[in-house]
Amino acid sequence: MTGTTIRLEGCRKAFADGTVAVHDLNLTIEAGETLAILGPSGCGKTTTLRLIAGLERPDVGRVMFGDSDVTRLPIERRDVGMVFQNYALFPNLDVAGNIVYGLKVRGLSAAERNKRCAELLELVGLEDHGKRRIHELSGGQRQRVALARALAPRPKVLLLDEPLAALDAQLRERLRGELDQLLRGLGITAVFVTHDQGEAMALGDRILVMEHGRVAQLASPREIYQQPANAFVASFVGNLNAFSVIERTTDGLKVSGGELPWNCTSLPTTVYCRPEHLRVMECQGHLRGRLVGQFFQGAQSRLLVDVGAAQPLLVDSAEGVIHPTGALIALAVQPQVLFTL
Amino acid sequence: MKRSTLFVGQLLFTLLVCAFMLVPVLMSLLAGLTRNYFQGISSGLTFEWLVQVWQAYAPTVWLSLQLAAACALCVCVVGVPAAYGLVRMNNRFSRAFEELMVLPVAMPGLASALALLLTYGQFGEFRSSWLFILVGHVLFTLPFLVRPVMAVMQRQHLPVLEEAAASLGAGPIRRFFNVVLPNCRAGILAGVLMVVTLSLGEFNLTWMLHTPMTKTLPVGLADSYASARLEVASAYTLIFLMMIVPLLIALQAISSRLSRGEKR
Repeated sequence: MTGTTIRLEGCRKAFADGTVAVHDLNLTIEAGETLAILGPSGCGKTTTLRLIAGLERPDVGRVMFGDSDVTRLPIERRDVGMVFQNYALFPNLDVAGNIVYGLKVRGLSAAERNKRCAELLELVGLEDHGKRRIHELSGGQRQRVALARALAPRPKVLLLDEPLAALDAQLRERLRGELDQLLRGLGITAVFVTHDQGEAMALGDRILVMEHGRVAQLASPREIYQQPANAFVASFVGNLNAFSVIERTTDGLKVSGGELPWNCTSLPTTVYCRPEHLRVMECQGHLRGRLVGQFFQGAQSRLLVDVGAAQPLLVDSAEGVIHPTGALIALAVQPQVLFTL
Repeated sequence: MKRSTLFVGQLLFTLLVCAFMLVPVLMSLLAGLTRNYFQGISSGLTFEWLVQVWQAYAPTVWLSLQLAAACALCVCVVGVPAAYGLVRMNNRFSRAFEELMVLPVAMPGLASALALLLTYGQFGEFRSSWLFILVGHVLFTLPFLVRPVMAVMQRQHLPVLEEAAASLGAGPIRRFFNVVLPNCRAGILAGVLMVVTLSLGEFNLTWMLHTPMTKTLPVGLADSYASARLEVASAYTLIFLMMIVPLLIALQAISSRLSRGEKR
């Protein structure tokens, strides 16, 4: 099973009421790559997936699978596998019946179907569940059956619409790991839509962040996190502290609560840093503020520090020293973790 | 336990209403078994009237059953795809069509029958066959199947199931048979139940469309009320009830079992 390259060329999709779901989207998904499409609801991520699937046709633009133009082909002729948000398993068929449906449509013999069905049940770890009815399955099992059903006809492309959203947190974490292994093992081109940044980071080779039907950024998870293209991406992927610069000093920037180290020549109006890059100091630091809240999260604590700005600063601290809420504390920051947008 | 006078009053009222509704049915059944209705029960009970009715009107019973079955079949073949089409289109035209479809129910049956007679009355073969009545019945009962089937088809999960089947390579026709039909069984069965019931009891249209050779049960009933003894007509009612009540109970049981299976 090898994947195919997917290219969207200038795709635009507007709905009947005039709202434009996707503006002139250009996108190349490499063969074998896993792309995560991330964004808030209504950003056009599901529409983008449906354009690739063939469930929607673009108003203008082309959809290419490899070298062939599939823009006008309906989904049933595109050879894609799809996992739907609520799995959309056929309630009138049992587990095996669901898995072999695509093979039956393609006219495979019963012997071939049974062989492939057994392979897939093993792949998703449901060997003894072939005869179960759909309503007898748990959420996690349904997700696996949906995956097996989509993979059974050996599609060139696998599309997943919020594949883990319907599961509870713990199960989601485990299935995320399994899904990751599976996709890597198969080498299939996969595209999945999610609103969960953790899922996108864990599963995606690259992440496409969308905002109002446009590409906000397309890059590797690391790049998205460390060099976000704009404030929207930065605040959507992870948490962010923003400092309004009051004035330039000789070797830093004066902000409310203290002075940040800054050795560039430019004078930004706002600088940003991630919560884990602020360090709590005993007395000496760049910033001083009052600890107004703290939340123990196991490996680290999330602290809220009021430095006199509109929003308290978020600090992720892994240090063992416990300060009482209300105490004055100092924060240190390295110049290289500060960035501008 | 002391019950309030209000409760007793309500109970009495309920029983009174029940009696008001049920006594005529019982009287009618009893009349069919009484030797002489005007002398009362004292004249003795008999199955003679039942036998007499059966000898004279058995063909109407069979024709009614045949009509009901054929009507259910026709309505399914026409109505289920029609419901699917209407749900899929969902525009001004489809909504207008849905309203038009109900017109034969709102109009007096006599009027629709007259229209059919005016248009097709000159085709003698067709006019004198039971198929002529079938056309009227299909026209009249169609909305009673299309409506519940549309309601089931409008449920949220059906379009997604269809998309899933399409993603696995199934074309539109295959999707209709593999996904749409099995997941609409409850609606189709509820519709068929209604159609069979209505077709068995339909009188207005049928009375206009029938010939002496194509008399259905309700038409026969009218005939016997008009021309025979009251006891015979009552015995006829008894036969009608004996036929239709078990049939309805059976259909209801099947449909409730199916819809229970779907809900799980």
